[in-house]
Amino acid sequence: MSRKLKKLLVRISIAAVLFLAGMLLPLPVYGGFETNIILLVAAYLLVGYDIILKAATNIGHGQVFDENFLMTIATFAAFGTGEIAEGVMVMLLYQVGEWFQQYAVGKSRNSISDLMDIRPDYAHLVKDGETQTVDPEDVAVGDTILIKAGEKVPLDGIVKKGESFLDTSALTGESVPRRISAGDEILSGCINGSGLLEIEVSKEFEESTVSKILDLVENASSRKAKAENFITKFAKYYTPIVVFGALVLAIIPPLAGIGPGFREWIIRACTFLVISCPCALVISVPLGFFGGIGGAAKEGILIKGSNFIETLANVDTVVFDKTGTVTKGTFEVQKIQASDGVTEDYVLECAALAESHSSHPIAGSLIAAYKNRTGKELSAEKVSDVKEFSGMGVAAVIDGVEVFAGNDKLSAPDKAAVKFANVDAAGTVVHVALKGKYLGYILISDEIKEGVAEAMTELKKNGVSDLVMLTGDRKNIAEKVASSVDIDTVYSQLMPGDKVDKVEELIAAEDKKSKGKLAFVGDGINDAPVLSRADVGIAMGGLGSDAAIEAADVVIMDDRLSKIAKAIGISRRTIRIVRQNIVFALGVKGIFLVLGALGFANLWEAVFADVGVAFIAILNSMRTLYQRG
Amino acid sequence: MKKTFKLIDLDCANCAAKMEREAAKIEGVNEVTFNFMTQKMKLDAEDERFDEILDEIAKVCKKVEPDCQIVR
Repeated sequence: MSRKLKKLLVRISIAAVLFLAGMLLPLPVYGGFETNIILLVAAYLLVGYDIILKAATNIGHGQVFDENFLMTIATFAAFGTGEIAEGVMVMLLYQVGEWFQQYAVGKSRNSISDLMDIRPDYAHLVKDGETQTVDPEDVAVGDTILIKAGEKVPLDGIVKKGESFLDTSALTGESVPRRISAGDEILSGCINGSGLLEIEVSKEFEESTVSKILDLVENASSRKAKAENFITKFAKYYTPIVVFGALVLAIIPPLAGIGPGFREWIIRACTFLVISCPCALVISVPLGFFGGIGGAAKEGILIKGSNFIETLANVDTVVFDKTGTVTKGTFEVQKIQASDGVTEDYVLECAALAESHSSHPIAGSLIAAYKNRTGKELSAEKVSDVKEFSGMGVAAVIDGVEVFAGNDKLSAPDKAAVKFANVDAAGTVVHVALKGKYLGYILISDEIKEGVAEAMTELKKNGVSDLVMLTGDRKNIAEKVASSVDIDTVYSQLMPGDKVDKVEELIAAEDKKSKGKLAFVGDGINDAPVLSRADVGIAMGGLGSDAAIEAADVVIMDDRLSKIAKAIGISRRTIRIVRQNIVFALGVKGIFLVLGALGFANLWEAVFADVGVAFIAILNSMRTLYQRG
Repeated sequence: MKKTFKLIDLDCANCAAKMEREAAKIEGVNEVTFNFMTQKMKLDAEDERFDEILDEIAKVCKKVEPDCQIVR
């Protein structure tokens, strides 16, 4: 509790005692003057002096619809009509409400920052053989730091010495520790589980993973959801309207001679003023979203803005990119089939050399397989004139001969101009050919990730009706993969550019059919345009991949697809809680406006209701922080 | 230039919304967000007049909520 809050609590307590004494003690009456009024006024001044002061200064600044001002008017009016105890009670309850609000908001602010407690406080810098403890911001790229067991990794780097188990749960929500040893990349925000590690720093603190994640979560709340914009707009008009209503209530009926008389109407108008502050809504809605974002972050799901929580909650179509998302994206050479008179090694060497400049994972697996098989490095100087045919493969000149490597589209007359073997196997087939001569093919397969089928079932349970997979692979492979994991629709043999078109098509079809939104799930490596085109782009395995964090709206730190259903679940729950708050707070305020106007609710009941609503709404919002299971 | 400032004693969410509305009206402000939850203000404003603009925003904030201070 801050000092300011403590002070307020003391003031409230003393004022409450004074108030009770004034109400209950049988104090003498001198010539019609009840001395207990002195106690009541003392209580009022003690608990409300700052409100009155603020009201005076703010009205000087032209802030007519300032809540302090309205509160002061309401209580003064109550005194004016002789309702002294009422007036004191109203101010007292109002301050109790303020106190609770500040306390609850402070609490939830703390629990969110605890959730995100990954910011490292220090680093052990090794300089000239000596170790000194410094601020992580003072460490430069290339410096060497030590990380002891149990400490947070302060900066991204490469392990130079030592081995250990790394606890990545603060970043990914994954509780199984990861083994790490010399040569491995290490990310800030993880916790070093056992041994002493010596790290060469590869990124400055500001650029490191931990800073990026914190920045993202903190800034997430500045991208506002529709519900939040609605509330700020609402707040802008609500207070003036209610105050105006109070004025009307105080003036018109008494002049028209309706009902119980001037004094009673003034009191009714005061109940309006007392519930004119929209604070319950203005606090609880952003608090709900903030909690949702914090709760998701704890699970290793980074949501970049409140607006994406809203979109995620409405997702009914999820489109997956196959490679790296449904499958592991690590390819391995399963089989090499050489034509007559050609050795398998030669087929592999041609393919590996032709693809040696490509960043596609298939290229990596070919190069790795060549090294494994022959024990030799590729001689890159043999290769020249590399041409890439998007969605087909490559052509390159190797030792003066043009070699083609890629899928069966390369058999076209203007490319290899030769018939390729017809292969029916699950996996990617890389055909290798010279101009007019077929050399053979290499079968590379990509494993399906664990738990994909379960993740799909989970998504369906969470209200996602359409599961779609996009891939550049051949139809039969794509369908085999899809059917084994229960994906309904597959679009295969897509060029990279086709994926954006396909997603646009799906969004258009979707818009016609229902209000549901479309999410695209990719690994963020080759699909940045698609990620940004979808209603919400979800990148998998974002840990350590800047590209994914940059391009996506939602980043899942590890590569488990089950997190998507979780993200949707968290979003749905957050939206539900936010809606409850809006309906509840507006409902109660509405009811009390009506009751107040009709004379069924007195002043302190109105304040009590107003404060109670704010309190309950805040508590309700805090539930978003704690996600079940 | 974009910069983030910490706010001290920003106690009321509605005030934050009011400040944001008023601050956005100041000339030279490209974008300004008051974040009640993180108690921070993010300001994107013209480079040459940045300090001047910041002063003006501080004045606006004082009007709405006298306790609230922008830490520079």
